[in-house]
Amino acid sequence: MASAKTLSETLRDRIDEIKAGGQEKYHQKLKEQNKLFVRNRLQLLFDNGDYEEDGRFANYQAGDLPADGVVTAIGKINGQTVCVMANDSTIKAGSWGARTVEKIIRIQETAEKLKVPILYLVDSAGARITDQLQMFPNRRGAGKIFHNQVKLSGMVPQICLLFGPSAAGGAYIPAFCDIVIMVDQNASMYLGSPRMAEKVIGEKVSLEEMGGARMHCSVSGCGDMLVYSEEEAINAAQKYLSYFPANFQAKPIKVEGKEAKEGRGLEDIIPKNQNAPFDMYECIDSLIDNGSLFEIKRLFAPELVTGLARMDGRVVGVIANQPKVKGGVLFVDSADKAAKFIQLCDAFHIPLLFLSDVPGFMIGTKVERAGIIRHGAKLIAAMSSATVPKISVIVRKAYGAGLYAMAGPAFEPDCCIALPTAQIAVMGPEAAVNAVYSNKINEIEDPKERAAFVQQKQQEYKEHIDIYKLASELIVDDIVSPAKLRKVLLDRFALYETKEITFSVRKHPVYPV
Amino acid sequence: MKEITASMAGTVLNIMATTGDDVTEGQEVLMLESMKMEIPVEASVAGKVAEVRVSIGDFVNEGDILITLE
Repeated sequence: MASAKTLSETLRDRIDEIKAGGQEKYHQKLKEQNKLFVRNRLQLLFDNGDYEEDGRFANYQAGDLPADGVVTAIGKINGQTVCVMANDSTIKAGSWGARTVEKIIRIQETAEKLKVPILYLVDSAGARITDQLQMFPNRRGAGKIFHNQVKLSGMVPQICLLFGPSAAGGAYIPAFCDIVIMVDQNASMYLGSPRMAEKVIGEKVSLEEMGGARMHCSVSGCGDMLVYSEEEAINAAQKYLSYFPANFQAKPIKVEGKEAKEGRGLEDIIPKNQNAPFDMYECIDSLIDNGSLFEIKRLFAPELVTGLARMDGRVVGVIANQPKVKGGVLFVDSADKAAKFIQLCDAFHIPLLFLSDVPGFMIGTKVERAGIIRHGAKLIAAMSSATVPKISVIVRKAYGAGLYAMAGPAFEPDCCIALPTAQIAVMGPEAAVNAVYSNKINEIEDPKERAAFVQQKQQEYKEHIDIYKLASELIVDDIVSPAKLRKVLLDRFALYETKEITFSVRKHPVYPV
Repeated sequence: MKEITASMAGTVLNIMATTGDDVTEGQEVLMLESMKMEIPVEASVAGKVAEVRVSIGDFVNEGDILITLE
């Protein structure tokens, strides 16, 4: 006769049961999809795989809903405390029941009380319709999760790792996070599934096309980073966190500095011809600590580069025009991309480095109809109201509102530094001469004479906007040799560390959205 | 059939590929001028040029087909 279990044995067995998650066939399905089981994800995520879990016995009495399909845990990443919620897709496809939602709300409340970052490991089919009265409309229903996210935004870092679907209302979890890391092929985000789209509006579309990871990271901008495996996603989240303080009251941690990547000097990278393209990544590499660029939205609006980096070990946020893509012109999407990135950095005391080579905002019917003025205004508002140290470097051209968007002198950068290649103007010489002398140019009949006239006027214009003249008028604070730029930036960021200003006193602004 | 399209609105400044050319992925096949900038257009895939649909000086809108590959 088998002896009766002790209380401890009973507890251990029950915990083991919960830890095993859903049925074997669903574990098998995870393997087929190259997905990890939720507890294995947590093992990889936390330092030494250690974490404390709350609500493990949630919905224990249901019998087949271990932990009610979500693990909520607290542990350390890079030695810093973080809170985590992680869906278990082996249990009813990771759907949300009443206790699932309550657990998510509680871990958010813990993050708020401890003022520590929170990570959302999302892999969920959405609401459990059968439980809707207990989890959808009520005060502590799913809406409260998003309400809490809005409240936590800017208080603590919020990170979403999207391993599977994030459907319908659930899609707002990534939407309210600071960064969304998506696993190619598996991650998706959509309000209505392709099946629903076909039924309700008659559209036939694949999931990948409508809400896939690649689409969101390159077209919609809802995703910030496309990765190819869950391990890569977890590594990225750990690295991302290393650039951030635990909350808005702390500052990012400085590490030991590194030399810049070896390569051509800035002087050789920047072409003399203002209109010829070059690769801004090479310029960034020559300024930051080797290997420190953590790019955000690399595939989205690549005419502008945004990324976290280190300079002499200090964290900085880099916003740089990319003349190699679309001439570095600012578009609707690039404006949005920069606006969010600037807000992210400013919220967590990350100083900003603007590298300008910008012909201006795009013009034409297409962008006007898309509201480029409204989107550009968002960028200018975010840049203008950022109170962290801001350094504006005019690498080459800064024309029109492009100068404004890239923290030009009027927006109180701590300094505006020009390279000798800098050209600041309402517009470039070609456009300006056309604008001012258009009638006169047309009147000259001899083509040679006409060309000579245009040439002469362009030359006069170039002299008018000569960078030494702008320095003489105190428009730029200094002109720096490209070879010395890195050192100047390291020194200045170190010197600006004590900056503390209040931008404006009011309830809150009414900026364009 | 693969299509190479304009990344933004502008005019065709230069065409560096002709019908029958083999182009490699990432090769610059055309130069647009927009906002007074030179905008290189690269082949997104390798292939043989089937047709060049534009001429120098043409205005093209974002998304317009410039070159088709076999």
